[in-house]
Amino acid sequence: MANFFTDNPDLKFHLNHPLMKKIVELKERNFEDKDKFDYAPVDFEDTMDSYEKVLDVIGEICGEIIAPNAEDIDREGPHVENDRVVYAKGTEENLDAIRKAGLMGITLPRKYGGLNFSIVPYTMAADMVSRADAAFVNIWGLQDCAETIHEFADEEQKEKYLPRFCNGETGSMALTEPDAGSDLQSVMLKATYDEEKKQWYLNGVKRFITNGDGDISLVLARSEEGTKDGRGLSMFVYDNKAHKAIKVRRIEHKLGIIGSPTCELVYRNVPAELVGSRRMGLIRYVMSLMNGARLGIAAQSVGIAEAAWREALEYAKERKQFGKAIIEFPAVYEMLSVMKAKLDGARSLLYETSRFVDMYKAYFHISNERSLEKEERQEMKKYQLLADAYTPLAKGLASEVCNRIAYDSLQIHGGSGFMKDYPIERIYRDARITSIYEGTTQLQVVAALTGLAKGTYLKQIREYEDTPLKPELHTYRRTLITMTEEFEQALMKVQETEDKEFVDFHGRRLIEMAGNIIMGYLLLLDTNRESRFWKSLEVFLRNARSENKANAAFIAASGLSDMGRFKQDEVGEEE
Amino acid sequence: MKKSYRIIVLAKQVPDTRNVGKDAMKADGTVNRAVLPAIFNPEDLNALEQALRIKDRFPGSHITMLTMGPPRAAEIIREGLYRGADDGYLLTDRAFAGSDTLATSYALSRAILKIGDFDLILAGRQAIDGDTAQVGPQVAEKLKIAQVSYAEEILEIKKEKVTVKRRLEKGVEIVEAPTPLLITVTGSAPACRPRNAKLIMKYKRATTLSERQGISEDYISIYNDRPFLNLPEWNVTDIDADPAQLGLSGSPTKVKKIENVVFQAKEAKVLQDSDADINWLMKELITNHTLG
Repeated sequence: MANFFTDNPDLKFHLNHPLMKKIVELKERNFEDKDKFDYAPVDFEDTMDSYEKVLDVIGEICGEIIAPNAEDIDREGPHVENDRVVYAKGTEENLDAIRKAGLMGITLPRKYGGLNFSIVPYTMAADMVSRADAAFVNIWGLQDCAETIHEFADEEQKEKYLPRFCNGETGSMALTEPDAGSDLQSVMLKATYDEEKKQWYLNGVKRFITNGDGDISLVLARSEEGTKDGRGLSMFVYDNKAHKAIKVRRIEHKLGIIGSPTCELVYRNVPAELVGSRRMGLIRYVMSLMNGARLGIAAQSVGIAEAAWREALEYAKERKQFGKAIIEFPAVYEMLSVMKAKLDGARSLLYETSRFVDMYKAYFHISNERSLEKEERQEMKKYQLLADAYTPLAKGLASEVCNRIAYDSLQIHGGSGFMKDYPIERIYRDARITSIYEGTTQLQVVAALTGLAKGTYLKQIREYEDTPLKPELHTYRRTLITMTEEFEQALMKVQETEDKEFVDFHGRRLIEMAGNIIMGYLLLLDTNRESRFWKSLEVFLRNARSENKANAAFIAASGLSDMGRFKQDEVGEEE
Repeated sequence: MKKSYRIIVLAKQVPDTRNVGKDAMKADGTVNRAVLPAIFNPEDLNALEQALRIKDRFPGSHITMLTMGPPRAAEIIREGLYRGADDGYLLTDRAFAGSDTLATSYALSRAILKIGDFDLILAGRQAIDGDTAQVGPQVAEKLKIAQVSYAEEILEIKKEKVTVKRRLEKGVEIVEAPTPLLITVTGSAPACRPRNAKLIMKYKRATTLSERQGISEDYISIYNDRPFLNLPEWNVTDIDADPAQLGLSGSPTKVKKIENVVFQAKEAKVLQDSDADINWLMKELITNHTLG
């Protein structure tokens, strides 16, 4: 019996982080549900035990159902029939298992039928489902839409939609359009209010919508006629199951995640309900939706990387050349160890980010029920800053690490990896999207630069630095302190120019340096808790140190005139 | 049409004989349960899934798990509850030890009479430790009810009639049978659904009184607050059974010898139900000392 939870002890390790006590206590509000729901936990230990038992079920479904279906789903893909999406057969089987196991609405409160789990175990589920099938995780993971409804919709809407998510209905977020990709301010889909019918109607086209024909859809639309920027956009919820009023014009043919239907949708007088306040659609709600989705992609990246690394390890042990297994050759074992170190670093960053989001969200929901004490307000602010800074960092870095690991895994497979005979070929294709959707790596860097400017990363790095360590680990801390000094010098050099373009020019270098230090510290703290991470820490720091030195050297030798050197020359004007 | 059904699922905890090592058998020819992981007998899971599908179709239906075994076999009841069963009973008593199929079916039938009213009894075709496929049919005989074996799908249920698809060696057979009915389900039936998250959290502390000996004081009070966490255990007296018909004394089956057999036959022969073929088979079995 394959079980993706029990065969990966790193998950249980991250689940049992010391901060979980606080997170669970906030999330469970002193376990007040225990007398109302027969499945609610009575204390912290009981909660953690429930988390583990449910993760065990998810691990089993991943190992026994979702992973074995992945290849067929990739080959078959979804298709359009009478303007509706029809999933591949395996996708339906996966959904059936997920529904029967009650694994939709994982984070929603029990009063709506949810499990009231914190973000950490939810992320862990996404990590495993992604390892099993990176396409299916998109359909399953769109339960994130419910979180946005929970945060911003009115009570009537919550009671209408949230139980349906918990019962297994799927979601979609309809944001992008042909001319509004990364730049969502340009969204044109029109929302008009019919005064007589007291009803909003949507008209226009959406493109690249994952699971666009899902049961419940969040739609970003222009409600304020004549506006051109983000302040004219509002968020709507559209009940596709009840109305079936949109038309799926086509499903995109993609390089990877083929099982996940990416739709072009046509709206003609589609009835919808306003969520929250007008004009707040992009500025407030989409930002929240995107942050959740970005954390989801970070989890997807780590899950895909896990799958790729395991495929490489297995192949390298079995494949014999020149009379021995190829894992015995330095070129191969070094690749494998770097892959594992980066995987461990990215996973640790993923769960650190999840904990920050958990802390912030728990306070956010409590603040909707009662006013927070001063200390609580400060904590909420602290974790909001950390969540905002760490989310783009985790998404950006984990997706790049994922691509690198998938690349190296295929490389280890040699010619066989290029053929359709091994799973790595699909994993490699699936990996590619992670650094593109929900904001490209380049856009994550822009978002992360805000965290850098606010000093959020450096402040947290100092906190890591002050954590008491076992004596044998002090040497690694000294390395990280040196790397931090080097990073601060580079940062100062860039910042003192006070030139926005120069900061953007070096943005990726700076963020990668900060990310290496943060992941280095996280691995150090992991090793402090459990010594088996020592090898990954050692390998990670060797690499990170040289990468940071290269970036530092580049920045040290760079000046404002560089930007001219790197710009493409004007090409002759076309006639 | 009746709106709901009362279903009893017979399930057994078995050693996982799919991964047998050299220590799997003891010198006395019995299974060494200590070295093999204990699992839910696979075809009993197929039977449970059929019961759950009936409950999906007729939501008021009630599923009772019934199992016989050592105290740790309570796990079978929990596994049933995690998937949607409503309650369950564990038959456990030293007097049951060593029961063969005859004694086991006697004990189960006594327990079923005690549970009372039912429309359907569902069981796996056979258990992977004994492979006899006898217990289900024997239970039906003792209860004097109809039985359908080798079922792959329950096609239709009406008030007093059930339509079942049987998977046989050379094809399928659709049969009708009256309720109350016992059905044994084959491994080719749909696999059982996964455990449900809420039900796991609800029932994870469901235990029998003997399992609760020595657990942490912290959780004792929840057994009063949540009575569904008390799993009933029944002994010989509870099911009003005759001890002489149980255990070794109630079991005419005696294991004479256990041998490790490696299949060497290179060809298969299909026999018809003609006198000539049966005569041939008898001669063959006597010649190679399988009989006599």
